[in-house]
Amino acid sequence: MSFGPHLLLATLEGLVTSAVLALTALGLSLVFGVMRVVNVAHGEFFMLGAVLAWWIASLATGHPAIGFLLALVVSPLIVGAIALVAERLVLRRLDYNPEATIVATIGMLYIIQQLALTFYGPEARPVEAPFSYRILFPWFGYSGYKLSVIAFSAILLLATWFVLTRTRIGLVMRATQYDRETAQAFGIPVGRVYAGVFAMGAMLAAIAAVLIVPIQQAHYLMGLDPLLLSFIVVIIGGLGSLRGTVVAAVLIGLSDGIISVFFSPTLAKIIATMIVAMVLVFRPQGLFGTAAR
Amino acid sequence: MTSALTISGLDCFYGEVQVLHGLDLDLRKGEVLCLLGRNGAGKTTTLKAIMGLVPARSGSIVLGDRDLTKLAAHDVPKAGIAYVPQGRRLFAEMTVAENIEIGLMTRNKGSQTRESVLALFPLLRDRLRQRSGTLSGGEQQMLAMARALCLEPEVLLLDEPTEGLMPSMIAKIRETVAKLRERGVSTILVEQRVDAVLSVADRVSFIENGRNRETVGVETLRGDPAFVQRYVGVG
Ligand SMILES: Nc1ncnc2c1ncn2[C@@H]1O[C@H](COP(=O)(O)OP(=O)(O)O)[C@@H](O)[C@H]1O
Ligand SMILES: [Mg+2]
Repeated sequence: MSFGPHLLLATLEGLVTSAVLALTALGLSLVFGVMRVVNVAHGEFFMLGAVLAWWIASLATGHPAIGFLLALVVSPLIVGAIALVAERLVLRRLDYNPEATIVATIGMLYIIQQLALTFYGPEARPVEAPFSYRILFPWFGYSGYKLSVIAFSAILLLATWFVLTRTRIGLVMRATQYDRETAQAFGIPVGRVYAGVFAMGAMLAAIAAVLIVPIQQAHYLMGLDPLLLSFIVVIIGGLGSLRGTVVAAVLIGLSDGIISVFFSPTLAKIIATMIVAMVLVFRPQGLFGTAAR
Repeated sequence: MTSALTISGLDCFYGEVQVLHGLDLDLRKGEVLCLLGRNGAGKTTTLKAIMGLVPARSGSIVLGDRDLTKLAAHDVPKAGIAYVPQGRRLFAEMTVAENIEIGLMTRNKGSQTRESVLALFPLLRDRLRQRSGTLSGGEQQMLAMARALCLEPEVLLLDEPTEGLMPSMIAKIRETVAKLRERGVSTILVEQRVDAVLSVADRVSFIENGRNRETVGVETLRGDPAFVQRYVGVG
């Protein structure tokens, strides 16, 4: 394959990574932005989404699309419910103390992981894609499913943006984020907002995971990579900035795709880590974050 | 005269440090009650306790027939108390319109309330799309008051609304307080300087070390400057 088509292929692969990463990182960023909680267990909600997707799809019979669509709806709901319980039982009792919640979510990480190992096992299992249509470019064929992942993520990101900036729910979330005390003085039940945001963050990770399982198999240790990459994205983009999260996810996803194809995946990781270091040194609030006042 | 809000024996703590010691306060219907006192006397804490933002360890805060200390913080404003915090505390990243919207949402008020509030502060109408953090100090104070008035409150709490403002703005704020008084809103106005309140207040409570030392009518104060000296020091 010559350079041009090769680059196109790398770009497409990079965009698939970007799309899934943007959703996952957005969940992490929302939780930190609104609640000031660094959710170390975020990757495990991603893993749970994938493992549950396999389980749900394996229960369904008939066309693979049925199982997949069922998983796309049900798995995030279950993960959201689990996150909600964790929020009420653990984070709220710690009064959302920044240090205590880090330790607590590390605990959650291991608990969820070990439960997955116990009940799901150490195997990696795939979920069949809802359709196997291939787009034929002049130089190569490309998975139609992967393109639909990019499109679906883009729609979901737009929907999140719309909710945050154009609806009352978004207004309430932003008010809670900017000034928790004053928000309460205007009738906003910040406890309930926190619970909702934590569940929503976990659900975004779960949706991303359901989208990825037809491409990459479900495994009980699969949460680590998305967690690290999400942190990278959120640091580069600026915590709590939706635009920054999306831009950084595309940047990291594309550079990962392109550099991995032309050079090596290790180099891609090295460069991503270097970008993080540079951002931390020269622009600690992130590319699109606002400096703390 | 009937009471709008009655505080009795209020104790409040920050951690283990007691800040309010059995504070008593009585706000009558339709009056402007001013809280005067030095920095750190506990004026802001008193207002936060009313809003449920600082828990009361003992004592009661009664509005009508409800004890506000039993309510969750986010239910206090719904009972009809609006709060203009010290330092304004606008949602700075949001626009003027969004700040007003949050005020309206508190008690499900609609466009009629919005119009009447904007009529009080016509200046804000031209700035609806502007990010509130970029307004001038005086405009921010007006927005903070507008946001609170969107609740159509029975009781209004104002914490040092004239702090750091130009004289023309101070006059405008005072004028608004007087206008609201005519409409029957009961107001607690916190200030550090007595001259800032003599023209608008009905009564003054002197707060010292987390206690209400004395509550007197403004006529008494006008006649006897020594009063103020005792609690607030010079000025
Ligand atoms: N968040 C807080 N944590 C601990 N102490 C506080 C806090 N806020 C105020 N204080 C203390 O409580 C006392 C009363 O403060 P405050 O109510 O703000 O006084 P005022 O408004 O009259 O100036 C002061 O001694 C102050 O240092
Ligand atoms: Mg104060």
